[in-house]
Amino acid sequence: MSGDWPLYEVFVRSRGGLEHRHVGSLHAADSRMAIEHARDVYTRRQEGVSLWVVPSTLIVASDPAEADALFEPARDKIYRHPTFYVIPDEVKNL
Amino acid sequence: MNADARADETQAHVRYVLRLADTSLILGQRLGEWIGHAPALEEDLGLANLALDLIGQARLLLSYAGELEGRGRDEDALAFLREAPQFLSVTLAEQPNGDFAHTITRQWLLDAWQLEMYQALAGCADPRLAAIAAKALKETRYHYRFSSGWLVRLGDGTPESRRRAQAAVDELWRFTHELFSPDETDERMRATGIAPDLAALEPSWSRRVDEDLRVATLTRPAAQPYAWHGKRGVHTEHLSHLLTEMQHLQRTYPGASW
Repeated sequence: MSGDWPLYEVFVRSRGGLEHRHVGSLHAADSRMAIEHARDVYTRRQEGVSLWVVPSTLIVASDPAEADALFEPARDKIYRHPTFYVIPDEVKNL
Repeated sequence: MNADARADETQAHVRYVLRLADTSLILGQRLGEWIGHAPALEEDLGLANLALDLIGQARLLLSYAGELEGRGRDEDALAFLREAPQFLSVTLAEQPNGDFAHTITRQWLLDAWQLEMYQALAGCADPRLAAIAAKALKETRYHYRFSSGWLVRLGDGTPESRRRAQAAVDELWRFTHELFSPDETDERMRATGIAPDLAALEPSWSRRVDEDLRVATLTRPAAQPYAWHGKRGVHTEHLSHLLTEMQHLQRTYPGASW
């Protein structure tokens, strides 16, 4: 039966102030049911304080075949990491 | 108040708490029967979560009833070692699961009733009962959201789901009269400021239920004023079958624990 239902992606915010993180997917007949299923499947052990559900068909994904073109060019640009600064001694807690 | 009157009062108090406890316990046990059989994995978990909430309410209420009674019976003794006529759950709770529409309809009718009850009891003169009701109210709000959502989905769904939902409403409606028919225990507890006026809760329940039926495109059956008496210990045969299964382990191996 649930095979007839569309797939939703589930995002859970574990605490106030943190971001919603993708935790998995589920089947539901409509968005209200998707929230209820997400609550019952993914937050029954107090994993979250907020939920997002998104129809999986609305997710636009990058093409694995294009991975080289998309991600390879960043590999040799290590200067983009903020690790080349000399931290003054006065700065604590960085 | 003389000793006899005080004993009567205590007995009514125990009976009143047992009614709430047993209704949650029996309904929770019924929902548990779906585990492994629900139409989808997500529904399996959803129904199990509802069942666990209800059994949790029953545990708090049974423990309290046992303390009020003062005869040394704890929650387990009350749940597993009473006979059917000593259970004071409303008759609707013990009705069999039937198809999914039956389960949802039974749940929805009782969720809407528990909403009214717990809302009223959360402010009652018995602080222990008020605290349990306040906790249960939060759970019940979700239960009602779940069951009313499904009622609408089934009623306003396919011709087949609509036919089944209307059949379930038609069959189970006759058990709703008991929910709002006060008897001497209700009246006695009402006089002490503990129990709400049952009849006064009915209009609000009725409005809620009517609105859900309207959205679900279902028809409210005619009133059927025959009062079932589950809350007085007079049950349909279904309760004995349920108890046979629920109490099997403690009856076979008394005192077993793990």
